Amino acid sequence: MSQGPIVSGKDPRFVPTLYAQVGKPGSWTLDYYLSHGGYEAIKKAIAMGQDAVIEEVKKSGLRGRGGAGFPTGLKWSFMPKNTGKQHYIACNADESEPGSFKDRYLMEDDPHQLIEGMMIAGLAIQATKGYLYIRGEYRRAYDRMMGAVKEARERGYLGKNLFGSGFEFEIYIHRGAGAYICGEETALMNSLEGLRANPRQKPPFPAQAGLWGKPTTINNVESLCSAVHIIQRGADWFASMGTEKSKGHKLFQVSGPFKRPGVYELPLGTTFRELLYDCAGGPTEPIQALIPGGSSCPPLPWNDETLDTPMDYESLVAKGSLLGTGGVIGIPASMSMVDAMWNVTRFYGHESCGKCTPCREGVSGWMVNLFEKIGTGQGQPGDVEILENMLDQIEGRSFCALADAACWPVRGSLKHWRHQFVDAVEHGKAVERAGSRWG
Amino acid sequence: MGFFDDKQDWLAETFAQYPERRAALMPMLRRVQQDEGWVSPERQEEIGQILGLTATEVAGVMSFYSYYQALPTGKYHLQVCATLSCAIGGADELWDELVNELQILRGDVTDDGLFSIQKVECLGSCHTAPVIQVNDEPYVECVTKARLQALLEGLRQGKKLEEIQLPGKVGHVVHNRGDEVQA
Repeated sequence: MSQGPIVSGKDPRFVPTLYAQVGKPGSWTLDYYLSHGGYEAIKKAIAMGQDAVIEEVKKSGLRGRGGAGFPTGLKWSFMPKNTGKQHYIACNADESEPGSFKDRYLMEDDPHQLIEGMMIAGLAIQATKGYLYIRGEYRRAYDRMMGAVKEARERGYLGKNLFGSGFEFEIYIHRGAGAYICGEETALMNSLEGLRANPRQKPPFPAQAGLWGKPTTINNVESLCSAVHIIQRGADWFASMGTEKSKGHKLFQVSGPFKRPGVYELPLGTTFRELLYDCAGGPTEPIQALIPGGSSCPPLPWNDETLDTPMDYESLVAKGSLLGTGGVIGIPASMSMVDAMWNVTRFYGHESCGKCTPCREGVSGWMVNLFEKIGTGQGQPGDVEILENMLDQIEGRSFCALADAACWPVRGSLKHWRHQFVDAVEHGKAVERAGSRWG
Repeated sequence: MGFFDDKQDWLAETFAQYPERRAALMPMLRRVQQDEGWVSPERQEEIGQILGLTATEVAGVMSFYSYYQALPTGKYHLQVCATLSCAIGGADELWDELVNELQILRGDVTDDGLFSIQKVECLGSCHTAPVIQVNDEPYVECVTKARLQALLEGLRQGKKLEEIQLPGKVGHVVHNRGDEVQA
């Protein structure tokens, strides 16, 4: 295993970094962070200078870890230079894609790592101010981030003329209030400005006119934390992990009936089998489907072919799904896929912002209503075709990607488990709810 | 007396975080929600006056988000995650149990003023499903029937959330490369 790229957590060359401190007592304090090499990367970045930082992150191949996978260095390079305007870095900590809970522990147990990541991004895009948009429900993460920002400010790690270099940076924390759409970057900006979180028309892109009309870049928590280690250890270290198009390592999350559900840091290109058996200890009951990267990603059947699929951007696209946030959900065989998709559809229906018709009427209205009809046993022959027709009408026609996110898992389910849907509508039987597990 | 009359320092600090005052709208709504359990029409009006917005503009933003309540809630507002991983973990039965136990539905408050309940979407704790959030506190995770009973009992006794001893797995658990750690 000593040759070639690192594509397994069992490779002796693999060193976990992002979650190295998670779970350690006191890991959220500044002293702890400093005693583990904290704030060395930002000093290095200041010495390297803005252009070299962007080049290093580009070279590393880091792609945005919030779900869309857009190259982080390239995103930074879109920012205009020396505009004389205030530039902003916004950190997207809204983490609300069902099945995702990795950013939470990064903030709870290693908040200074994120502060340092935001500083590096700030340096790269000439932003002296950063906003952390944290989902409102993450109370402990909020407390720890507030504490860390306060500590950093008091001890000269945030503020003016940092490390005597003339570099200036300040962080403000803004709490969300329960709305999935705030994870969409332009909706996040509206929410920060005190508006309803409807997405904005692009262009102008945030790099041209973002927060309060000023050049802005929005990055996910994990992306920013990854940047710390890329600067610290070099792009080549990062790129030695993963596959051709998916470099580096990632935080994968496991939920559903497994022995040890949780967050696992692994190189991209690691197989589902390694994540779900070696790390998570295998299923505790028969599983029929895997959602690979958060609920918007089309589910894949539980079989050897899926389990041996490497978890990277390109392999999952080839299988007709997506890597997304890396939030893997196992759907047990005892739960009808109709029930599972009813739940997911209800989620997207509830979270639709109502701005555009295909999403407001299509997802929140038609799709939810039809699932309710089928799920409660009032389905009729032909309903599956109507559902498919709805997907055709909605997908690709909405203002932002939320409606697509609602359609993809249902389409994926119809591809692999169509018989369950047909069975439900033809027999007009209410789907059995997942149950008897609780007690 | 207005809610914010004696909170001028807090207001000034909040305004200073943003280049425009309007951005303080969400923090102000949250502050009222936390202290009073809901944001009454009077409070919406007051926030609007401070920020130079109409009450309708305030209501428009408020209604967009799940956290702000337009009706009074109990001393303990129990939010039950209902999304996929929690549903797999039994969130529907947990909800039914809660409805039966407290004899209330969404929008109601128990006669003693202690409890109100709400189904919410994914809280980001899928590995410790099912999950309940009490008010703005850190999550109560891996909620079994026994843990739910102990939670309600503790709250009825007026204990603080962190003081309540829940049977079974306590706190949240992260598995980093197979090492089980208590975070």
